[in-house]
Parts: sequence; C-alpha cells; structure tokens
Amino acid sequence: MKKERWGIDYHKLDIREVLDSIPMGVALIGLDLRIHTMNRFMEAITGVDREDAYGVPCRYILRNSLCTKKCPATENVGKEDSISVEGDIINLARQKIPVMINISELQNVDGQRVGFIETIEDISLVKEVDQKIQDPYHHYNIIGQSPQMEEIFSTLQLISQTDSSVFITGETGTGKDLLAEAIHHSSGRANGPFIKINCGALPENLLESELFGHRRGAFTGAIEDKPGRFRLANNGIIYLTEIGDLPLPLQVKLLTFLDDKEFYPLGSNKPVKSNARVIAATHRDLDEMVRQRTFRQDLMFRLKVVQIELPPLRERGDDIRLLMNHFVQHFAKTFNKRIKGFSSDAIPVMLNYPYPGNVRELRNIIEFAVNLCQDDTIHSAHLSSYLNESLAVNKPETVDRIRHPYYSPNPFLKRRSLSKGANPFDWDEMERHMIIEALAQSRGNRTGAAKLLGWGRSTFYRKMKKYRVG
Amino acid sequence: MTEKVLITIYGKDVAPRFDYTSEIFIASLNDGREVVESKTIVMTSASAEELCHMILSQGVTDVICGGIEDEFYQYLKWKRVRVLDSVIGPYEDVLELFLANRLAQGSNLFGA
Repeated sequence: MKKERWGIDYHKLDIREVLDSIPMGVALIGLDLRIHTMNRFMEAITGVDREDAYGVPCRYILRNSLCTKKCPATENVGKEDSISVEGDIINLARQKIPVMINISELQNVDGQRVGFIETIEDISLVKEVDQKIQDPYHHYNIIGQSPQMEEIFSTLQLISQTDSSVFITGETGTGKDLLAEAIHHSSGRANGPFIKINCGALPENLLESELFGHRRGAFTGAIEDKPGRFRLANNGIIYLTEIGDLPLPLQVKLLTFLDDKEFYPLGSNKPVKSNARVIAATHRDLDEMVRQRTFRQDLMFRLKVVQIELPPLRERGDDIRLLMNHFVQHFAKTFNKRIKGFSSDAIPVMLNYPYPGNVRELRNIIEFAVNLCQDDTIHSAHLSSYLNESLAVNKPETVDRIRHPYYSPNPFLKRRSLSKGANPFDWDEMERHMIIEALAQSRGNRTGAAKLLGWGRSTFYRKMKKYRVG
Repeated sequence: MTEKVLITIYGKDVAPRFDYTSEIFIASLNDGREVVESKTIVMTSASAEELCHMILSQGVTDVICGGIEDEFYQYLKWKRVRVLDSVIGPYEDVLELFLANRLAQGSNLFGA
C-alpha cells in the first residue's frame, strides 16, 4: 500500500478517530483473541469502556452467544473472506441484544496475519418487526389492543420521524421505558445507540460526570478522559428516566444542551457536540415541581415538545386479559411449567384488582402465581392474598373505574401549542398541522413533504384529502 | 447459615455467559468461610432455566458468573440468591477473592 494517496497520510491517521466515525460496533482483536481497541459504538452496545476492555479476552467483552460454541474468529482463521453470522450479546446492563457479527482477518503490509476486525450491528429492529408480524397486538414489546394503546401505537411512527424531544409520563409500571425503546427502534436513529440513565440513581457530582463526561485530572480520581453518556448517544437517543430527580445545577446544563446541542465536560473549556435526541420520563408531577421551584420551568417547556401520557392499566379494559395470557405463557415457558391459563375463580380476581403498580405489578403477580402453581391452571389460591382481599372490597358489579381512587383524568397525548386555536389533545388537528408544516418545509413539494413525514405518497394524499389541506 | 457458592465455568475461567454454561463449580463453605467440599458438574445441556433450577435445588447462596440476562438475575435475587455477575478471570483466583470478601460485581482479573 502506498503511504500517501490523494493527500491522506495513512500512517498519520488516528485509528481511534477513524473507528469512532464508523456507525456500528468495531473491535480490533489480536491473534490471542484479546481486545486491542474498540470504537464508541462498541462501547455503547456492550456498556464497557475501551480502556477497561484493553487486553481482556474478547469473549468477556462481546459476550456473544457464539463465543464459547463456535467462535467466529477461530472459525475464520486462514480464510480470505469475512464471515457474517447472527447471534446475540448480553451487555453490561444485562440486556440481550440480537446482533449481526462480521469478522475478518487483519493483515499487515507484508501480508502476515496480525489479528481480527470484528463488527457488531444491532438487529433488534429487524427482530422486533418479525415479531410484530407474528403478533398483531405486539408493538416493539408493548402489548395492547385497547383504544388508548392503539392510539399511542399509531402516533409512534409519526413521533419517530421527528427529532423533537419527547416527554413520557405515566404512573409507575406503565411501560415508559418500553415506549422510549419503541421510539428508538421505529426512528431513523434505530442503528444509533440508545443510552438510558436514571437521573435519581446517582449523587449529583457522579451524575454530572456520567452524563457529560470529564477530562483527565478534573477531580481526584479522574485518571483518564471519560466521554459521558451524551457523547456516547451521538446520532442516537439519550433516555433520561426519573428526570424529576435531576438536581437543579444539572438542569441548567441539560437546558444548554437542548438549546445548542453541545456541552462542556467537567474540567474542560472546549465544548463537545452531540447529535443526541432526548427522551425524558418521570412519574412525578413536573408542574407541581415547577410551582415548588424544584424543577426549572424553561427546561420543562423544552422537554415537553411532544408529550405522551401512558394510561394506567386499570383504564385499559381488555388489555388486562391480553397481558395475563402473555405473561402466563412467558413464565410457564421460563420456568418450564405446563400451565394453560387461569381458572374461572381466578379471572374475576385478576380483572377487578386496580393495579396501582400497573403492568409491572401484574407481571409480578403472575410470576408469583406461576411459581406457586403445581397444576395446569392458576386458581385464586395461587394468587397473593391481598388480591383476593381486594375482590372482597371491590365486588365486580360495584367497581366504577371512572371514580376509582387511582383514576386521574390525564389526556394521553399532548403536543405543546401547535397553534393558538388548536385543541392540544386533538390528534386530527395535530396531524393536519404536521402536514402543513411539512408542506411549508418542502416549499409545497408533496413528495418531499410525504418523505419528511415518513409516509408513502398515497397516505399523504389521502390525509391531505381527509384534512382538506391544499 | 453456611454458604454454598456456584461458579459458572468455561475451561479454567469463569464462563462468559450464564445461559451458555455447560460446566459449574460448586463449593460448600463453613462458618470460617473455608471450602469444606467442592465438586464440578457437567450439565447435560446449557440453559439458563436449568441452571436456575440447579441453583435452587442445590441450595446455592451465592452465584458468580459472567454475563447474565436481567430476567434471570432478578429471578435469582428474588429467590434470595446473591449474584455477582460480569466477573472475568480464572475461576480458582475468583474463588480466592470471594473467600477473602474482595470479589465485586464486574471484577476483572484479566485487566491490563
């Protein structure tokens, strides 16, 4: 290979910078199958810092399903072509991610084998779509067929096409995390990283370093540069859960990021740019927090560009039954039991319980019942005693879901001031405005506007006709 | 209560994945945290469900493993089994650290 061609001096290229610009996980592995280096994408997928990965056998970092059975690297020794295989990895957050692995030999200028280059591409999106085709009530791991959920599913695609901040609210256990992941998977950033951080899990100083990173020597113990989650989420999504717990000084920093798409790592006077889309969630009442001056109003406005309120389970009607069947099948398979379903005495108990812990509570109740059940049917005796007590208090015929103590009349979807006269809860009005905005952006070009919205031309024309636009 | 520790193994090292473990090492400890009995078991097939069943049926109190899916991690925790996951290194050295109360989640004995 020539040292220099078209003005590029290959020997002077910073290999890490080159690898970081590749939009998929890349690792350079030695012949001893130990990691030499990896790019930011690989750090985001595996959850491991490259400094920590250096010198460690790759099977402990990539944790691929093929590592101990049919290692793609050793299988590829001596072959000129690269090989691609499907598998899955378990990352540091204990998530199993389906991936496409590609591995090739690395040779030096003399043609000697010096190691391997392995790329990993997250294919969860493809897998989710396959699953969705098989199950019509399954949308990116969210299960539901109630009108409220159907409406959320139909809005998902639209929300995903934009880059606006999304604010998800809902009681605990309603599936805020799943919805954030669904937005990621259905968006154009699906191939980018999805970085989740719980703002309430870390003390303020650690959280700042975790979110925005730090420079070496910024504080005692900062022995090396840390990129921070915002930088790792470049071209992807950063999901800030429990945003209500974000300390006030960091709220200012987040505000600056939302405005300028750049931030200053701790101890640095050089701004770092990141093209990360922000999704935030909380179960707290942010309006109340703003009134109490524990949350900045300007930040709340910036986060609430698109707001989605997940309905509590007790308002989702038949979804309870759908979820019951799903979880019983899931746990029966997990624990290797032959349970077919619920007996007639267990069903009313399950259907009339108010589920203050929502889907998560329902899941736990069924997990408990499946563990306890030695039969092929779950009876009321297998359910926690507090459920049976609840049925005695709330007889089926007297349960009034609207007047239920847990009921809160929240609209499920809001978008902040689309226009002065628009009803913020009217989806038709929102769609109409999106069409008008898209047309304005594309200077009246309908094909361009349809493309902007991620719709087909026929869908666009049908909706234009429906809303009498143009 | 005496402790019983299970390490998922791959050759001489901790197995990288819990669900693909086909060999396990189990050690019973006395009150002085010394190994009084140990055995290595080869599983008939690798499966996270079977491994969970084995952990519970053997009365294991502590599990040391590599990557584990959250579902099984939470299940074992719920069953009051302590789990130290993402552990990297030769299992005998890992056991030594564990006995000395110096092993933590994510301990890396191969690190540079």
